[in-house]
Amino acid sequence: MVLKTDDSSQSDIPQMEIAPAGCESEGGHAYTLGPLQEGSYCCIPEPVIQVKALSLSYGTKRALNAVTLDIYRGCITALIGPSGCGKTSFLSTINRLTDIIPECRVDGTIYFEDKNIFDVSCNVQQLRKQIGMVFQKPTPFPLSIQRNIALPLREHGVSQRAEIEVISERVLRDVGLWNEVCDRLDAPALSLSGGQQQRLCIARALALDPEILLMDEPCSALDPIASSVVEDLISRLSGRYTIVIVTHNLAQARRIANYAAFFWVQERERIGHLVEFGHCRDIFETPVHPLTAAYVSGARG
Amino acid sequence: MIWWKHNISFRPAFTDRWLCWLLRAGAITAALIMVLILLFLLLEYWPAFQKISPVRFFTDDAWYPLEDQYNLLPMVTGTLYASSGALLLAIPLGIASALFMAFYAPHFIAVVYRRLIELLAGIPSVVFGFWGLTTLLPIINQWEPPGASLLAAILILTLMILPTLALTSYVALTAVPKEYMQAATVLGLSRWGIIYGVVLPAARKGIVAGGLLAAGRAVGETMAVLMVAGNVVQHADSLLAPIRTLTANIALEMAYAMGDHRAVLFVSGLLLLFLVMALTSLAGLLGKEHHG
Amino acid sequence: MVKQDIPMRKLGHPLRDRLVQTAIYLVVLCVSGVFLWILLDLIIGGSALLSWRFLTDVPRDAGRAGGIGSILVSTLLILSITLLVALPVGWSTAILLAEFVPAMSPFGRWVRYSLQVLAGVPSIVFGLFGHAFFSIYLGLGFSILSGGLTLACMLLPILVSTAETGLRAIPDSYRLSAAALGMSRAATLLHLLLPLAAPAWAAGLLLGIGRAAAETAALLFTSGYVDRMPESLMDSGRVLALHIYDLSMNVPGGDASAYASALVLILLLLAINIVAMRLTHFWQHKKLHIR
Repeated sequence: MVLKTDDSSQSDIPQMEIAPAGCESEGGHAYTLGPLQEGSYCCIPEPVIQVKALSLSYGTKRALNAVTLDIYRGCITALIGPSGCGKTSFLSTINRLTDIIPECRVDGTIYFEDKNIFDVSCNVQQLRKQIGMVFQKPTPFPLSIQRNIALPLREHGVSQRAEIEVISERVLRDVGLWNEVCDRLDAPALSLSGGQQQRLCIARALALDPEILLMDEPCSALDPIASSVVEDLISRLSGRYTIVIVTHNLAQARRIANYAAFFWVQERERIGHLVEFGHCRDIFETPVHPLTAAYVSGARG
Repeated sequence: MIWWKHNISFRPAFTDRWLCWLLRAGAITAALIMVLILLFLLLEYWPAFQKISPVRFFTDDAWYPLEDQYNLLPMVTGTLYASSGALLLAIPLGIASALFMAFYAPHFIAVVYRRLIELLAGIPSVVFGFWGLTTLLPIINQWEPPGASLLAAILILTLMILPTLALTSYVALTAVPKEYMQAATVLGLSRWGIIYGVVLPAARKGIVAGGLLAAGRAVGETMAVLMVAGNVVQHADSLLAPIRTLTANIALEMAYAMGDHRAVLFVSGLLLLFLVMALTSLAGLLGKEHHG
Repeated sequence: MVKQDIPMRKLGHPLRDRLVQTAIYLVVLCVSGVFLWILLDLIIGGSALLSWRFLTDVPRDAGRAGGIGSILVSTLLILSITLLVALPVGWSTAILLAEFVPAMSPFGRWVRYSLQVLAGVPSIVFGLFGHAFFSIYLGLGFSILSGGLTLACMLLPILVSTAETGLRAIPDSYRLSAAALGMSRAATLLHLLLPLAAPAWAAGLLLGIGRAAAETAALLFTSGYVDRMPESLMDSGRVLALHIYDLSMNVPGGDASAYASALVLILLLLAINIVAMRLTHFWQHKKLHIR
């Protein structure tokens, strides 16, 4: 287990270490249970998603070429790179949202829980319960705050009102919204501020108790204060959830991510591909590929 | 984490598939109607097709169906004159109304006028015909009897197509981007100068499309013209001559038509259908270009 | 766009501008005048005979005396059949076109084109079709059923186009969010999209009802002329619009009743308009903001 700290002097920590006392183990995974805590938490480099040779095309135009990487349990993996290099498309393949995007074709495999998610036998709705997604622009449903969370819960079989209320309170507390909205759960969700709406969307995704959270530039549509609140929330969520986050903000990636995947788009054919993947520290401080070095130093992209 | 322990059953996607097939059934039904219409109109005409060649519709002596004379021309010209006359009147009036609502009226009056126009767009054609019968015809009659005439038909049709023309023109006018008008104002153009020079040309396609739709409506109108046009089968030699349109012809004679006569009425219905289809297709093409 | 957006300039052609302005005001005055004349005429002519007895009595003496009770019942029955048939077919077509079928698919294009053409068919041609298909081929004769089915065909284009527009107006972000939460399409439709599209759907329904209630030519040869109280759906029935036509054209001395009937028809259409607007407002408020 690797203890993630912000101190870059620990660059020579080997990958595998004994779990420090204080982390609870449940079935071999180490998560912190109960209310979110600040401070140290655990992260095992155990791949929970394995992407092999994933390619994506829109119609006849190829958008993404042969991506192979692993997403590690409990960690935050940041997808960085200039716009148009397929990061968002890649993210959409993980929960098979590409199924409903017209003209989109995906080749390759993604293994989640040892099963290829593109298999015919894969239950997509169950998959999307386990892999939640938050979009760039906050999209709460035009319903009340309570119903925003209740609707997907009911869809997935939770029908007891009491249960729904318990879950709603839990996730709203987790995202830090409870104190702000506990007295107006019936108010329309669209009456919340941008940052609150985005946190509500995160709460809504958390209500289904996913293992993995996909986030497509969750802070970019928010003002700086709201952005920092959401970013703070994301880093507190890691350890309990596996997070894959697309971000344009290199400083943000550096602050919160454990792993980084750097995407780039070829000049002529405009096809995106994965250039380098590794520990966030390594990507930023000792990148292997010259493109990576140029991008993270701000010289290109 | 209470519900971790639950066996949460997922809703399988078969509801989606079932739904899709149900919806498909509805859509196919809707699309088949047009096919059915064409089919049955042709079927009714078919028996007479061998006996009466279509050329006779234009070369026979006159329209005496009971004596095997099927010249449709008087009705065709009746329809054409009435519709063209109505368009000639309604287009300037409609555009003027639209300009009023868009550029010349204070906000409150524009809203009131628009409500009035929308209300009138909803008045049934029989009511227009009825009013024409009881109020308009006596007036024309005083001028020159009989009152029922081409003029009456033109006036009533104008009233009927005016609201929709005004509304479609209004939509076309308000769709013109504000930037055009701002640029023209800055160049020192007057209000009418801007409208005539910039707005109307930009809205031209939408207005023409609306005009074509109104033409289709005028051609297809039955009840109102039936009630005020006089229904004499003749080519109009003056505005005050009574005429009969294709639509009125069908409505009047269908009740007692038999055999070939009936088949000819069905074919005149087909003719109407194609004419209106041509007009609306043209309007649709223009409308599509206009909205990009 | 209001007058204030284009300032009046004193340069250019002030006389020309003034002339145009005067001409436009004249046109508007004339148009308003004529339409107010029509409305007033109807109100004055019709209110004399308008009473509760007029609405409930059956017509006697070819309609010169008595009322329009049976006519109203026939109209109601025909409209009910029309809606019962047209709404499921029309709305399911709209849902399919907006949600389930890619925009450029051949099937979608065929359905859309058919409906577009259907929208332009004159009402008398619908009458001919209804007569040939429903009355003769299907053997329904001159009946309320036949008339109702014919009107249902007429209403389809407008129901489908307003409903489809209402669904397409909903931003895709809602659909993507719902999909990302693992909601089935049926559930997304039922709980999210339809409530959002409801006002547009109600408006389209209203438009359809108004058009159906005003229809005459399509019913001449499908539901017939009989002005008695209908006893079954297979009986012939006369709609209000047709009653006005018959009274004014075929019945000498029937003008008074015709005026009253016309007034009733106009008021009915107005009432439908107001009710539907209230309904959509209430529905919108209820569904979206409360649990």
